[in-house]
Amino acid sequence: MKQTFTIGIGGAAGQGVATPGDIFAKIFSRRGLHLNAYNAYQSIIRGGHTFLTIRTGPEKVSNMGDRLDLLIPLNQDAMDRHLGLLRSGAACIYNADTIKSGVAAEGTALCPLPVSKLADISRNKVAQNTLAVGAGLNMMGIGFQALEEVLTEQFKKKGPAMVAENVDIARAGYDYAAANFKPFAWPLPMTNNRYAVLSGNIAMAMGGAAAGVKFYCAYPMSPSTGVLHWMAAHARKANIMVRQVEDEIGVVNMAIGAAHAGVRSMCATSGGGFALMTEGLGLSAMMETPVVVIDCQRAGPSTGVPTKTEQGDLWQMLGAGFGDYPRAIAAPLDIGDCFKIIPEIFNLADRYQCPGIVLCDLLLSEGRLSVDPKDLDFAPVVDRGELITEAPSTAGTNGDAVYKRYKITESGISPRAVPGVPGYTHTAASDEHDEDGVLISDEFTNPTKRRAMMEKRMRKVGGIEAAVPPPELWGPHNAEVTLIGWGSTKGVIEEACEILNEQGISANQLQIRWLVPLHGDAILDILKGARHTIIVENNYSGQFARYLRSETSFVPNGYIRKYDGEPFMPHHIVEAVKEQMSGKSRLTVPAHEILV
Amino acid sequence: MATALVDSKRLAMTDFKGKVDPDWCPGCGDFGVLAAVQKALVDLQIPNHSVVTISGIGCSSNFPGFINTYGMHTLHGRALAVATGVKLANHDLTVLVTGGDGDGFGIGGNHFMHTMRRNVDLLYIVMDNQIYGLTTGQTSPTSRVGMKTKSMPFGNIEAPVNPISLALAAGATFVARGFSAEQKHLTELIKQGIQHKGFSFLDVFSPCVTYNLDNTYQWFRPRVKKLEDDTAYDPTNWLAAMEKSVLWGDEIPIGKFFERTDVPTLHGAEPILNAGPLLHGDVRIPPDVARSFVEELM
Repeated sequence: MKQTFTIGIGGAAGQGVATPGDIFAKIFSRRGLHLNAYNAYQSIIRGGHTFLTIRTGPEKVSNMGDRLDLLIPLNQDAMDRHLGLLRSGAACIYNADTIKSGVAAEGTALCPLPVSKLADISRNKVAQNTLAVGAGLNMMGIGFQALEEVLTEQFKKKGPAMVAENVDIARAGYDYAAANFKPFAWPLPMTNNRYAVLSGNIAMAMGGAAAGVKFYCAYPMSPSTGVLHWMAAHARKANIMVRQVEDEIGVVNMAIGAAHAGVRSMCATSGGGFALMTEGLGLSAMMETPVVVIDCQRAGPSTGVPTKTEQGDLWQMLGAGFGDYPRAIAAPLDIGDCFKIIPEIFNLADRYQCPGIVLCDLLLSEGRLSVDPKDLDFAPVVDRGELITEAPSTAGTNGDAVYKRYKITESGISPRAVPGVPGYTHTAASDEHDEDGVLISDEFTNPTKRRAMMEKRMRKVGGIEAAVPPPELWGPHNAEVTLIGWGSTKGVIEEACEILNEQGISANQLQIRWLVPLHGDAILDILKGARHTIIVENNYSGQFARYLRSETSFVPNGYIRKYDGEPFMPHHIVEAVKEQMSGKSRLTVPAHEILV
Repeated sequence: MATALVDSKRLAMTDFKGKVDPDWCPGCGDFGVLAAVQKALVDLQIPNHSVVTISGIGCSSNFPGFINTYGMHTLHGRALAVATGVKLANHDLTVLVTGGDGDGFGIGGNHFMHTMRRNVDLLYIVMDNQIYGLTTGQTSPTSRVGMKTKSMPFGNIEAPVNPISLALAAGATFVARGFSAEQKHLTELIKQGIQHKGFSFLDVFSPCVTYNLDNTYQWFRPRVKKLEDDTAYDPTNWLAAMEKSVLWGDEIPIGKFFERTDVPTLHGAEPILNAGPLLHGDVRIPPDVARSFVEELM
């Protein structure tokens, strides 16, 4: 097994769970360690219960893991809920003045801090947090210098007095731990690598900037709002027009308008907002104006659970809009991929002049991952397709007579002139139209022309399929079990496979990144040799399983599903696989043991 | 913008003729609006390729197909949202938005309000016939109380919206009303609306000769009174405009109700557009800026 160290910090919203999390994350990434962070929270600004998990280690950390090495409960509730998560050798650091410890399992240590003796709590309301961070870092074998640096940056804006106060409190915690608590058996190593730590939302926003997005608009909706926040904060440096719009209907139409005028245009939302955008996606397809829409899935239906994750929007994406039209749908596999997928889908959308959908979810959108800066490439391939942005010098004034916006071609792609270019005036229409953009939906209705236009547009589907590579099988061939997942479950399935292989059950993984085009034949080729297949997904009805079956007639041996709002943990999958391999069931719905 | 190619000759009405002739009912008010728009573009000598005419859905929304400019025939009610995107991506373009009262004040009402408060630099012409025409005659948001239609056969019991008051309240910086049968007057309002820097709203009485037998040419003619004929009327006075906007009955004002020029346009207020339209900007993020984005996360 890979060596990792997991910290859990729990408390009420407003108690300052995020700050210690940020401090740990910074210190780990500066030691050259990888990390993966997930925050379980609720739709509340003050109160409730928030639980942040940060898992770190020298190798890539693909998910939040199963158990904790260090628990920092900021209130009694967090202590009561999470103490049971400690693994052997783990510790719990808590404020002895306000929190009663529970019964710690054998091999775990309770580390009470006499907070009011170590800090002036009348002056500093979050002293317990800072003390615990100091104590924890001491036990991890990390020098105080690293913490002092991060605290200095963190409180720099509030003045030197504030910096000094926090550094002093942190040191008090650090020194108290040195004198009173036993260090962890595995001191955190250090490497020469340096990583960026970012959320999927930041990754997608930056991926957009890298792809040449010049127009971004949105209506705030969890868990997609982080994309808007990054875009808004960096708009002026990146030269991106960022607008907050009155609703998602306005969002998608405004994005289409900007795209039609010739710039790369993107927007992000969640399932409810996407529903409002649906008609607009059809407009994008019919006018053949490329636009990229990100859907950050949350638990539905309706308002659902706004702060919880799910993979429940697949069929909404597949069926978005009435009528048939070409589209591309991609599900990023991890936070690094959130960045990479945006330029890729823009190239497809531009070349094939159709909507591109990125199917992300809360787990990636709001989770955080260490990413090698080399993987954040701001000079990716930018292919705008057949786009006319200026008149050729040979064009005459009568270009109108020859230019056909919706020219019927073998590829289905018609050169796209943007408004402003002399000699190419035309109307882009939401009604069915002829090659020259003239409507055939009114008095000129013509079945031959309608059929030709439908076939022209739909020919692009073949091109899109050829432009995207089929998925590949990861792990040992001829494994006893093949786990099939899509999008954000990549990391947790990967770790489940590692555990299974270590335990003597050979397992491999087929992870789907492109949902449309699906490459059904290639998938069947891979799966026909599989011995026992299980589809793992974060929804109730097995949306991907149903999709795969509808496209390929493939039926797996079993299913592992979760729809309680929380992501899978590795042991959920491992235990379910064992249960299914022994023939006990075909469908497993693991219970999420932690109540957050 | 490269306009040299067409500057060599003077544009005429025929240059703005669309690929097909309008399929509106004979006598439809929209013919007059189309002619007035074409005349205004000729008078202002704006090259075809630098104009984008954007509409939603409905009889009057077929407009872009009947005029030779760049055109977008979008979704029902969404023209203003699309037009905002177009203008922000390339503010060198002259943006005209055309549509009907159902499209603009009904299904598109939300965008109408927000586009006005944003002061997007475009001219929005509503061909207001107080009825849904293309769906064969249902009550519209501007249908009068008592009007009998297929959807309200016992008479409309809902108060109509007042587009002029609404526009004034929402912060439109140019608010006017025309009458399709008053060609010269209408053309003049369109020219002013195009030249106004900011959101120009032009509500045009454009009678539906098929489905609205209440608000006919004959009904409007004796009632419309040009604000321009009243030398005491000051269109920079917002309160006076509000007062005029509620007049309805024997006397219905047409003309320019209000204009202010001291509000920045949306594209003018955004510093990133100072260097020129987004369309012509570099798609690449400069390497030092890209590096700074990554370093923030380390």
